[in-house]
Amino acid sequence: MSATETEGRIYDVAGQDWDELVQNVTDSAEERLVVNMGPQHPSTHGVLRLVLTLDGETVTEARTVIGYLHTGIEKNMEFRTWTQGVTFVTRMDYLAPIFNETAYCMAVERLLGITDRVPERAQAIRVMMMELNRISSHLVAIATYGLELGATTPMLFGFRERELVLDLFEYITGLRMNMAYVRPGGVSVDLPAGAVDKIGEFLKIMPGRIKEMRKLLDANPVYTRRTKDVAYLDLTGCMALGITGPMLRAAGLPWDLRKSQPYLGYETYEFDVPTQNTCDVYGRYLVRVAEMEESLKIIEQALDRLSGPLKGGPVMIEDKKIGWPAQLALGPDGLGNSPDHIAHIMGSSMEALIHHFKLVTEGFRVPAGQAYASVESPRGELGAHVVSDGGTRPYRVHFRDPSFTNLQALPATCEGGMIADVISAVASIDPVMGGVDR
Amino acid sequence: MSTENLPGLPEEPVARRGMFGVKDTGDTSGYGRLVVRRPPKPSSVRPYGSYFDEVADALEPAVGDAIERVVVDRGEVTFHVSRERLAEVLRHLRDDPALRFELSLGVSGVHYPDETGSELHAVYHLCSITHNRRVRVEAACPDADPHVPSTVSVYPTHDWHERETYDFFGIVFDGHPALTRIEMPDDWEGHPQRKDYPLGGIPVEYRGAEVPAPDNRRSYS
Amino acid sequence: MGLEEKLPSGFVLTTVEQVAGWARKNSVWPATFGLACCAIELMATGGPKHDLARFGMERASASPRQADLMIVAGRLSQKMAPVLRQIYDQMAEPKWVIAMGVCASSGGMFNNYAIVQGVDHVVPVDIYLPGCPPRPEMLIDAIVKLHDKIQNMKFGAHRERQIEELELQALRTLPLIDQGAGK
Repeated sequence: MSATETEGRIYDVAGQDWDELVQNVTDSAEERLVVNMGPQHPSTHGVLRLVLTLDGETVTEARTVIGYLHTGIEKNMEFRTWTQGVTFVTRMDYLAPIFNETAYCMAVERLLGITDRVPERAQAIRVMMMELNRISSHLVAIATYGLELGATTPMLFGFRERELVLDLFEYITGLRMNMAYVRPGGVSVDLPAGAVDKIGEFLKIMPGRIKEMRKLLDANPVYTRRTKDVAYLDLTGCMALGITGPMLRAAGLPWDLRKSQPYLGYETYEFDVPTQNTCDVYGRYLVRVAEMEESLKIIEQALDRLSGPLKGGPVMIEDKKIGWPAQLALGPDGLGNSPDHIAHIMGSSMEALIHHFKLVTEGFRVPAGQAYASVESPRGELGAHVVSDGGTRPYRVHFRDPSFTNLQALPATCEGGMIADVISAVASIDPVMGGVDR
Repeated sequence: MSTENLPGLPEEPVARRGMFGVKDTGDTSGYGRLVVRRPPKPSSVRPYGSYFDEVADALEPAVGDAIERVVVDRGEVTFHVSRERLAEVLRHLRDDPALRFELSLGVSGVHYPDETGSELHAVYHLCSITHNRRVRVEAACPDADPHVPSTVSVYPTHDWHERETYDFFGIVFDGHPALTRIEMPDDWEGHPQRKDYPLGGIPVEYRGAEVPAPDNRRSYS
Repeated sequence: MGLEEKLPSGFVLTTVEQVAGWARKNSVWPATFGLACCAIELMATGGPKHDLARFGMERASASPRQADLMIVAGRLSQKMAPVLRQIYDQMAEPKWVIAMGVCASSGGMFNNYAIVQGVDHVVPVDIYLPGCPPRPEMLIDAIVKLHDKIQNMKFGAHRERQIEELELQALRTLPLIDQGAGK
């Protein structure tokens, strides 16, 4: 316990001295209390720090402090090739790795001018993986919603269902998270044998599980009281603050890049954009659950194409100057260049070896210029601004991450409300600090 | 390669010589005489194609003199705007019924140390929900006077984005309500994402073996 | 506790070590120190499929005062480092640290201005767990190994002797580069 005279009395609390604190605050004539929350705190949204000014139980001012997870990814990418950049971007918003990769690869492809030459099968795989990823990301969002409001069951449900998606990811890409699967020009490896069946099974299980979640939460009196009319932010506020994603759609605007500015052939898939007009935490929850159901529809359509008309097609651009020289294959020591390819470059063709070496170590060149590509991530518009100087490494990569922008809305949503509702406000924004700080 | 037979190629300044940064010893890479020139500054002429002409038509009567050049490249349009009138241009882009770029996707800084007099660029991506269009607005400022007017009053979402660009590039956004560092600690020195700031890799010792920082390893540039 | 530190070495101390170790290892309370991607796998480990409760560890402590184990899950930025140290200092003895994932262990792929190159620059680490991020099974394996360490932790005079021995051993070890893998 310490005190200074400059900023008013400062209480240094670290547990076990609560009685003393309460006594001190009761005795104090000061009505205003500033509480520092975080950056390490029980809420599960990462290293976010909030400085809350309280008048009794009411929050009069909320300030957000970020940067505790700043990783310098954008700078690090300038020292690696364009392909290696994928490995970095996938670690930005770690709940939506496929979206980061796709946005970045679409920007690189636009710079290369090969957007139309990315094989259709690769595009369909990207769409399917993104929608699977959307489900897993929303599941974590809803799971942590529950956990932070004190309900453990949604958390257990959410993580159980998420494991189903992660198992699929692991089967297809070899990794559960941070998979660096999407590459400029296509995807790193085709679907393995049996993947279609596994996803088919998932599509059978998942609707029931979502229904279970809905049964548990949709009309749950405790849940609705903690979420309805909480953290209100209307459309005007959303537009001014540049909010996108479920938050914007819960304010009633059906703005979804998959519909309004389709990419990767989204215009050929049938799905709806769910909206709510309640502008509150409950509405955002409903939008997220409905989006999972829509995602399932898209996955089903993509799967039909992958096992039907697009079966056996290439998954990497044909252009030998850009596409990764080898298909990957699963060996006894994990995923790597296929044995056929290694036999070819090591045994029969010197030129192929040189080509492989050049492309893998030096990378391909990207004509000078800048491009911006965006995808609808689970949290809103995820944009990649990529600048090239004509070399084999990015000159500058900047990610417009929806978490970063949406988190700016936190003061607007919780000032004037109760302190307990701050937690649900944070949860409904669903910020991922890896994406906020990058 | 001799360039004398190529018609009308403008001579751009040299950006880089060689490949692997070899300067003092004998060059064994075979790339020692490679000369990489800086890419030319493109400027597009009408018609721009797509909806870009309509956007330019709506912009020109009001703030045409603020636009230094227009670049149409890879299906995207970029308006290079003089920094003094940036706020005015953005306000017009937001409010004109023919433009209506309601949604801003933030500010992205780029550092071009070779472009003397306009080293630091602030790049704004705007999106119109009404017309379903996108444009890019770019304003540059010299390193010696890194000031760009703040546009928080036009797009409140720029608050954190401008702080981030200030933090990483040192562009001072005049008129920003509270321009402080956002990602780095408050007492950090330098602006880490500028090109003259090293990647800052810390050599890590592991039981007697040194792992050099990535920017000190051999690089392919 | 503290009393056990005063016991003379011998049969009684050995028994107390075993009993206390057994009790401690079966009720480790982890402080949630989730930072980045690894924190999601940490949560998944606590989830229904991997079920950390099997090891008496489902009670994640939000207050560092009531935690024995800090699982540093993710990359540690320069801005976060003082916070990490403060949390560590607030934890009561005895305490253990798992550096989960390569970023926490060594900085990983982020060898740059922003990231501390391994949390062992800030706090002492008991278990380094590789992986980016490590699978829940790997985390459980690390925890089981830590349990083994806790079970066999020495007290009082035994501990002093153990520290001396380890110190001597470390002094004699050649640098890795001189050990030579193939020799």
